[in-house]
Amino acid sequence: MTRRSLISIALVALALIATAFLMRLSPMAEGLSRQTDPALLCLTAMALLLTAPWRPRFAAVPTFAASALLTGAALLLLRDADISGAAGAGFWALVGAALVCAGATMTALSDLALTDPRARKLRDIAIPAVFGLMLVMLAELVIRGAGVPSVLLPAPSSVAWRFVHALPMLFEDLVQTFVKGVVIGFVIGNAAGFGAALLVQDRPFFRRGLLPMAGFISSLPIVGIAPIMVMWFGFDWPSKAAVVAIITFFPMFTNAVAGLSGASRIDMDLMHSYAASPSQRLAKLHIPAALPFVFNALKINSTLAFIGAIVAEFFGTPVVGMGFRISIEAARMSMDVVWAEILLAALVGTASYGCLVLLERKLTFWHASQRV
Amino acid sequence: MLDAATDRSRTAALSSPVIEARDVSLTYASADGDVHALSNINLSIAAGEFVSFIGPSGCGKTTFLRAVADLEHATGGDLRVNGLTPHDARMQRAYGYVFQAAALFPWRNIEDNIMLPLEIMGLDEDERRERARRNLELVNLTGFERKFPWQLSGGMQQRASIARALSFDPALLLMDEPFGALDEIVRDHLNEQLLQLWNRTGKTVLFVTHSIQEAVFLSSRIIVMSPRPGRIIDDIACDLPRDRGLDIRETPEFIALAQRVRSGLRAGHAYDE
Amino acid sequence: MTNNATPMMNKATPMMSGLPLLTRIRRGAALPLAAMIVALTVLWYAGAVLMNMTLVRDAFEREEVEYTTMELVAGTLDAERPLLPAPHQIVATFIDGVFNYAPNSPRSLVYHSWVTLSAALLGLAMGVATGILLAVLIIHVRVLEKSLLPWIIASQMIPVLAIAPITIVVLGSIGIRGLVPKALISAYLCVFPVVIGMVKGLTSPDRQHRDLMHNWSATPAQVFFKLRWPAAIPYLFASLKVAMAISIVGAVVGELPTGAQAGIGARLLAGSYYGQTIQIWAALLAISIVAAGFVGLVGLIEKSVARRMGAPA
Repeated sequence: MTRRSLISIALVALALIATAFLMRLSPMAEGLSRQTDPALLCLTAMALLLTAPWRPRFAAVPTFAASALLTGAALLLLRDADISGAAGAGFWALVGAALVCAGATMTALSDLALTDPRARKLRDIAIPAVFGLMLVMLAELVIRGAGVPSVLLPAPSSVAWRFVHALPMLFEDLVQTFVKGVVIGFVIGNAAGFGAALLVQDRPFFRRGLLPMAGFISSLPIVGIAPIMVMWFGFDWPSKAAVVAIITFFPMFTNAVAGLSGASRIDMDLMHSYAASPSQRLAKLHIPAALPFVFNALKINSTLAFIGAIVAEFFGTPVVGMGFRISIEAARMSMDVVWAEILLAALVGTASYGCLVLLERKLTFWHASQRV
Repeated sequence: MLDAATDRSRTAALSSPVIEARDVSLTYASADGDVHALSNINLSIAAGEFVSFIGPSGCGKTTFLRAVADLEHATGGDLRVNGLTPHDARMQRAYGYVFQAAALFPWRNIEDNIMLPLEIMGLDEDERRERARRNLELVNLTGFERKFPWQLSGGMQQRASIARALSFDPALLLMDEPFGALDEIVRDHLNEQLLQLWNRTGKTVLFVTHSIQEAVFLSSRIIVMSPRPGRIIDDIACDLPRDRGLDIRETPEFIALAQRVRSGLRAGHAYDE
Repeated sequence: MTNNATPMMNKATPMMSGLPLLTRIRRGAALPLAAMIVALTVLWYAGAVLMNMTLVRDAFEREEVEYTTMELVAGTLDAERPLLPAPHQIVATFIDGVFNYAPNSPRSLVYHSWVTLSAALLGLAMGVATGILLAVLIIHVRVLEKSLLPWIIASQMIPVLAIAPITIVVLGSIGIRGLVPKALISAYLCVFPVVIGMVKGLTSPDRQHRDLMHNWSATPAQVFFKLRWPAAIPYLFASLKVAMAISIVGAVVGELPTGAQAGIGARLLAGSYYGQTIQIWAALLAISIVAAGFVGLVGLIEKSVARRMGAPA
C-alpha cells in the first residue's frame, strides 16, 4: 500500500471521527460529550492513524487497532439509552470511520509482499478473519444503533448469548439432525454410490446406461422425495437418513464412475503389459486415480446432506431437531434461537467440511489441485 | 559376470529368434474406411539386437510394437514372441514397455513406482526393495527414492520409467519414442546411458523413434517403415562399434548410414504431404 | 449440483458421426439407457407390488372378501393411497393434472409448476446478476478476492436452505410476501456457483493472451470485453446449468415453511398431510420435467452460442 493512499485513508477516517466529535454541538446530544471513555478511545485511534503512513509496510497494525478502538467506542456509546436505537449522524460517522480503518487493514495485508509460505498462509487466514469480524461488528452496531427489531434480525451479541444459554437444547437437536440423520445417511449414500460405481466400472453397457440417468437425476430437485421418505420410514431420524442417502448417492456415483474410468490409456496399457489381474488393476490404479473425484463428491455431498436432513424435518419430525426447531421458533418469532441453530449448523458444517479437506490433502496430496 | 551373461544370451540368440513376424497385418475400421496399419510385415529379431523402427506418423511402427506387447491384435499372419503368442508372452511377463510419457503414478514415490510391477508379480518386500535399489542405481537415480514423480524433471521421470521396465528383469525391452518429449541435450545424454545399459545387460531392445540420428546412434539394426499401408521398406544393419560415444555422429560411417535411412524414408514417399 | 457429470455424457458422440448407423447405435448411450429405463420400470412395478401387498391384503381381509393372487396384484397396482404408486398411476395423475384443468385452476399442475418456476426464474436472474457482479469485483479488487471469496465459499457450508423459513417470515413481517421471498432463496443458492464459475472463467485467459493485450496497451475495459468475458462464456453456461437446477430446489423449499397454497412445494406438503402419495409423485414428475427442460434449454443455448463463437460443432 502506498504512503499516499494511506494518508488519504487516514484523513478520511480522521474527518469522520472529527464529525463525530462535532456532533456534540448539535441539539441532539450524542454521547461523546457526556461520556469520557469513548472520547478517549477515539483520540487514541486518531493518534494511531497518524502513525500509519509513517511505516506503510506495517500499516495493518495501527489501522486494525484504530478500527478496534473505534468499534469499542461505538459499543460504549450504545450503553447510552439516547443513542441505542436512535443513533444520529455522529454515531454513524464513527461506524464509518471504523469501517474505513478495517478496509485499510485488509488492503494493507493483501498488498504485503510476503515470501515465506507460512506467513502467506497466515495472511490468507487473517484477511477473511478481519472481514468476518468486520461484518459481525457492523451488524451489531447497525442493529443496535438503528434499533432494528429483533424479530427482523437479532443482534449478534444476543444470538451468541442465546447460543451459550441454549447449549443443551442445541446439542440435542444436533444429535438428532446431524449425528443420526446426516452422518448415517451420508455414510450409507456415499458407500452405496461408490459401491455401485465399482460394480459398473468395467461393465460398459451398464455404465453407459446408468451414467446419463444418474446425471439427469442429479439435476432434479431430489429433496422433493422427502415427504415420501417420511411416509415410508416415519417421523424419526431414519426418514432423514434416507433422504440424505438418496441425495448423496447420485453425485458420488457419477463422480466415482468418472474417476474409476478416468485412468489414462497409457496407465492402463502399463497395467496390461504387467498382466495385472482385474483386482490388482482396481487396487493399484483405478481406485487411487479416482480418489480426487471421490473427494469432490464428498465435498458436494457434505453441503447437500445437511439441506436434505433439515428439509425432511419440515415434513414431520419428533419434537427435536434443527429443522424442527428452526420452523417452530421462526413461527414464534424468537429469532435469536433460529439464528443460534443456524450458527450451530454453520459451525458443524464448516468443521466437517474442514475435516474432509484435511483428509483430502492427506490422501490426494499428489493431485495437481493439491500441490503448492 | 555380466559379460558372461551377455555372451550366453548372444549365443542363445543364434538359435531361436525373440520376435518372429510372418505376413503380419493389422487392419482396423474407421470413419473413412479400413486403415491398413500394418501390411505383410516379415521380420525376425534375434536376442541381444537393438532394433530401431523409424518412419513418419502412421507407418505402423508403434502399432507393431503394441502388437508385440499384446496391446493390439494382428488381424492376419503370425506373430511370435519367444516362440509364444503375444498374449502368452505377456502372461509370462516377457517384456518391459517404456512409453513416450513416463506414466509414473503420481500417488507413488519413485521407489514405489519401480516396485509396482514387482508387487503385481508377487515378489516379497525385501526382494522388491533390493531390485528397486539396483535399478535406480542403473539409471543413476540413487537418492531419489522418496521423491514423487512430479518433483522430478522430465528426463529423470523417463529414467525412472526405464528402471521400472527393467525392474523385473525382462529379456526384452519395448520402447515407444521414450525420449520424444525431451529436449535434445537431455535426449543425447539419455541415449548414451541407454547404449551403455544395453551393452552391460545384453537385452533385446525394440525402439521406436522419429529421429534418424537417434536410430543410427543407438541401433544394431534399423527398420525403415512407410505408411498407407504400413510396411517395411528397408532393413539396415548398423555395424558401428558397440562402445560408441556421441562424437561418432561426426564420422563418415555414421553419416553414410544416416544418409541411407533418409533416402529410404524418401523412397517411401514419407514426406509427400 | 454435479456439473461434472454432464460433460461425460456426450464425450463419445462427436467423433462417431462418420460411423455406420449400427456401430453408432452399438457404441452410443441410447440402447443401454433404454435398457436401464425398462429395467427400472420393471423394478418399480415389482416394488409397488411388494410394498403395497400388506396394505391391499389388509383391505381385502377387513371387508372379508375372497381374493385370488391376481386380484391381489391388480389391487397393489391400483390402490388409492399406495406406499409406492405404480408408474402408470403417477403418469395418469400427472396427465390429469396437466390437461384436465384450466392453467389457472388450483388443481392444475401447470399452475403449480408455473408458480414455482416463476419464483425460480426470478431468483435465477437476481442470483446470476449478483454472481457476475461479485465475480467482476473480485477479479479486479485484490483485497476482495482475499476477504470476500473465502466467505462466499464458507457460506456454502451452512445449510442455506435452513435460512429459508426465516427469510420468508422476516420478509413477511415487513410486508413482502409471495414471489419475492422464494426468489430470494433461489437467488441466494444461485450466487455461489456463478461466482465460483465466473471467477474461474474470467481468470482463465492464459499469460500469453494477457501479455498480448498488454503489448497493445489495451484499457482494462478492453481487456475485459475482448478477452476475459468471451473466455468466461463457457464457464458461465456451466454455472448456469447448476444454478438453474438449484434455483428450482430453492423455490420448492421456499414454499414449504409458509404453508403456501400454491406451488409444487405446497403440493408436496398437502400430499404429505393427506397421504396422497400419487399426488406427491405426480408433482415431483412435473417439477422434474420443468427442471430437466430448463437445464436442457440452457444446454441448447450454450451450444448455439458456442457455435457462434467458433467452437467445433
